[in-house]
Amino acid sequence: MSKSSPVLELKGVGRSFGGLVAVNSVDLEVAAGSITSIIGPNGAGKTTLFNVISGLYAPTRGEIMLNGVVLATPDHKTEREALIWAAIAVTGSVLGAVAGLAIDAPAGLAGVGAIVSSGGILLAAVARPSWYTRLCARLGIRRSARPNDVVFLGVARTFQNIRLFKEMSALENVMVGTHARTEVGLFDALLDTRRFRQTESASETQALTLLEAVGLQKQANVAAKNLAYGDQRKLEVARALASQPKLLLLDEPAAGMNPAETEQMIDLIKSIRDKFGVTVVLIEHDMRVVMGISEKIAVLDHGEKIAEGTPLEIRSNPRVIEAYLGRGAATGA
Amino acid sequence: MVSPLAWAKRNSVLLWVAAVAIAFFLAVPPVQFVNALTLGAIYALIALGYTMVYGIVELINFAHGDVFMLGTFVSLSVLIDLMGVTGPITNPLQLTAVLIFILAVTMILMGAVGFLIEKLAYRPLRNAPKLAPLITAIGVSFILQNIVQLWKGPYKTNFPQFFPMDAALMFGSVRIGLINVLVIAVALILMIALQLFITRSKTGRAMRATALDPTAAALMGVNIDATISRTFVIGAAIAGAGSVMFGLYLGITDFSIGFIAGLKAFTAAVVGGIGNTLGAALGAFTIGFTEVGATVAGFSRWKDAIVFILLVAFLTFRPNGILGSDSSDRA
Amino acid sequence: MMNRMREYLLRHRSLDIVLRLTAIAIVLPLLAATPIFGAFQPFNGWLTGFANAAIFVMLAIGLNIVVGKAGLLDLGFAAFFAIGAYTYAFGASAYSGNDIPFWLMLPIGAIVTAIFGVAIGAPTLRLRGDYLAIVTLGFGEIIPNVLLNSDKYTLGTNGISGLNRPELPIIGAFKSNEPWPWFILAVVLIGLIMIAADRISFSRIGRAWEAIREDELAAASNGINTVTFKLLAFAIGASTAGIAGAFLASKLSFVSPDQFKFSVSVTVLSMLVLGGIGNLWGAAIGAFLLYFVQSILLKQLNEGFKGVPVLGEIDFLQLQYLLFGLALVIMMLRRPGGLFPERRVARHRPGASKQ
Repeated sequence: MSKSSPVLELKGVGRSFGGLVAVNSVDLEVAAGSITSIIGPNGAGKTTLFNVISGLYAPTRGEIMLNGVVLATPDHKTEREALIWAAIAVTGSVLGAVAGLAIDAPAGLAGVGAIVSSGGILLAAVARPSWYTRLCARLGIRRSARPNDVVFLGVARTFQNIRLFKEMSALENVMVGTHARTEVGLFDALLDTRRFRQTESASETQALTLLEAVGLQKQANVAAKNLAYGDQRKLEVARALASQPKLLLLDEPAAGMNPAETEQMIDLIKSIRDKFGVTVVLIEHDMRVVMGISEKIAVLDHGEKIAEGTPLEIRSNPRVIEAYLGRGAATGA
Repeated sequence: MVSPLAWAKRNSVLLWVAAVAIAFFLAVPPVQFVNALTLGAIYALIALGYTMVYGIVELINFAHGDVFMLGTFVSLSVLIDLMGVTGPITNPLQLTAVLIFILAVTMILMGAVGFLIEKLAYRPLRNAPKLAPLITAIGVSFILQNIVQLWKGPYKTNFPQFFPMDAALMFGSVRIGLINVLVIAVALILMIALQLFITRSKTGRAMRATALDPTAAALMGVNIDATISRTFVIGAAIAGAGSVMFGLYLGITDFSIGFIAGLKAFTAAVVGGIGNTLGAALGAFTIGFTEVGATVAGFSRWKDAIVFILLVAFLTFRPNGILGSDSSDRA
Repeated sequence: MMNRMREYLLRHRSLDIVLRLTAIAIVLPLLAATPIFGAFQPFNGWLTGFANAAIFVMLAIGLNIVVGKAGLLDLGFAAFFAIGAYTYAFGASAYSGNDIPFWLMLPIGAIVTAIFGVAIGAPTLRLRGDYLAIVTLGFGEIIPNVLLNSDKYTLGTNGISGLNRPELPIIGAFKSNEPWPWFILAVVLIGLIMIAADRISFSRIGRAWEAIREDELAAASNGINTVTFKLLAFAIGASTAGIAGAFLASKLSFVSPDQFKFSVSVTVLSMLVLGGIGNLWGAAIGAFLLYFVQSILLKQLNEGFKGVPVLGEIDFLQLQYLLFGLALVIMMLRRPGGLFPERRVARHRPGASKQ
């Protein structure tokens, strides 16, 4: 089997909150098309790690690469970005002054020019439309990808405590998931152009297909809040798949499920890996799921990776047993 | 051990405020400095209600400013209609008695209003989507404003300034009105009393616990409903004291003062650090200085706009206020 | 047959809107001509009243986009209204020396107000619900304040008068004592605004707004650039107010800061709450009803209760804001969805997207 480059690479990734070190230098490589589980006792930093990968936080140290491209990097306030802002503000005021000379109000227009240009560039820095990000990349300013950029780059996730859009129907939830892969301008919508109708129709079709893939096609019009718990988890997976991700992060997909539902979830995860070719990384506490589908397991404890390997290796690893059950359990005392 | 430079960096905002206050003190005639302190004291009494309520239920009580406004009218009615007080009282004993009485009455009545508002308008919506209690608060604010307008008319109404406005302390050539001293003193006393209450009393502990984690507090046996209710009552009562002070100091009121005063007092709470009673006081004095500073510099027409810009600036760049930490928390 | 028609209209919503508005435009004047309505005020009075109500309908639809769709509680909507009106004053009046035709001022006003919508929305981007509300409240106070205090340019409290009226080829300039052109113009503008609002709501943009409203974090984690979409909501909502402002300014031929006080923002919000947050027709009907409660019903109550012991003493007109406040509170406690709650799941049924 050829060794293809990993889909996801974590290099010394760490995340601290003030004095609290939630994640402390984790290295991990996830191979394309694989199913990897991250396990560990509560508070080990697993969800924080997911939050860093999916762009909710920038790492405080280390780097994350997605298919060789930098996904996340510590957010240092680069002087270069500030210089660019200043340059644009000054240019704006100069242009304003020049224009002002024509109507005999150079100072006033210079002020207006400064305000408009600095306001505009600040807005771009906050909104980070794609042209701004590209401009920054061209100028060597690297910023961590924000959650919506991360989705665009091919990473989708579900949440530990299910964050569906409760009042929206199952179908609408999944259609929101297609957001990153569709481009519909304001005017297309206003004028009801053919392009608009085609895109909407395609989104809907794709959403229905995904609902079928998870077995929820009959509940397309049911409000998400009215779905059964197991169905809600499945819906979240469908929504995540709608953005055609290369990497799927599942945060405790089987939490709170009974054995039958858990079996369904296991089958579902395997089938979507096979059908859609996504790489799956999941956080789980349910060992049936973990041992059942993982090709590789990484164990976190107190923010550090303490073990990595196949299910068999992990099962008998004394450090892992100790982390879960406490000292003395590993030696069987 | 923290090096002085590191300490300075961490508390930079506080140092800036101190520097500005000192500069202000040196630049402005003493009478204006005293005015700023007095204005700040009144804002503090209102701001405390905002910050306490926000700290515990994360709701901006839009109606709070109008509770303050209502307090001015209620106290002036009690003074004029019930007690027949219309002008300055010179007998110090009588003056003290009336002062204490009207403060007590207003605080009790406004506390009751706060209780009712919380019980009728906010408590049923505690678990509703976030828009609902905000809209209700606006509704309550409007109701209060219009009740007063119907009761006392839309015109400016005089407040009986029974505290002699001409009594003053002289420090060389500097004249400090006793009324200013009174307002600042009352504010300080109430602030200290509140601080002691919050840190030492059982209810105070319950309030702090509920503010930090309502579920855990409930599990520890704290009566959440009662605690929240008491927070509203205390906040409203203190605002009531502010009403009396406002009336004595400015001598005039009308149904619309609650809106702007409320907005500025809320700004004070944000500037100082929302949820933090000390911050509310600090923020209030900052706002007082800002307003008087703007007037002295000749921008009195723009002072409301300036205070508002301060609000937006803090919310954008330092939402946790002067005394808050620099961090922002997420997911 | 009825079902087929209903199905058809569900898929061709713009046609549905046009048909409904045409029906309303025919029925309302007919009603106004009846003796019952004639008892309250003359026909022309009703027609002008309809046109005035239309202004609030436009405002309510605009606010519905910001509050109802995107979930951003804007308490200072009157600021956008003011900007729209004053933009018209600066573009088409003797005072400003500019003579841009009304029909051009409409899109210009919409664009200018939209830009302000972005400017005012920008500081609120990272704020939670309460703080956002307070900042917009502040802007709602400050902007009329600025207009008042910049009397060098805006003539302060005196306001700017002598604003140009719309002109059409055959019928010439609109006049204040001829209500028909204003009425028809109002209906047309409402139609355009409703169709635009409806089309945007039923699109990827509308879904993105709803997602942001429900759970901003989850929305961002599903690829939605929350910053851009929030600003878009402000811009579009504001542009509606801009159009309403141009209409008001040209109709009254006068603008002053007093027309844009906080009570206007609260009135529009009350209309929205009453009619149904998130529901296009709900907003429109709420605005229409509340306007006439305000302008007709309360006056009638005064007349009706004259001489009656307690009730006769009350000036119901003065009470109106008290009633609004009560309405807000009671609606939130009892029926937060409004008279016409947002139709939820039926909104997007499979096959609803046209081919």
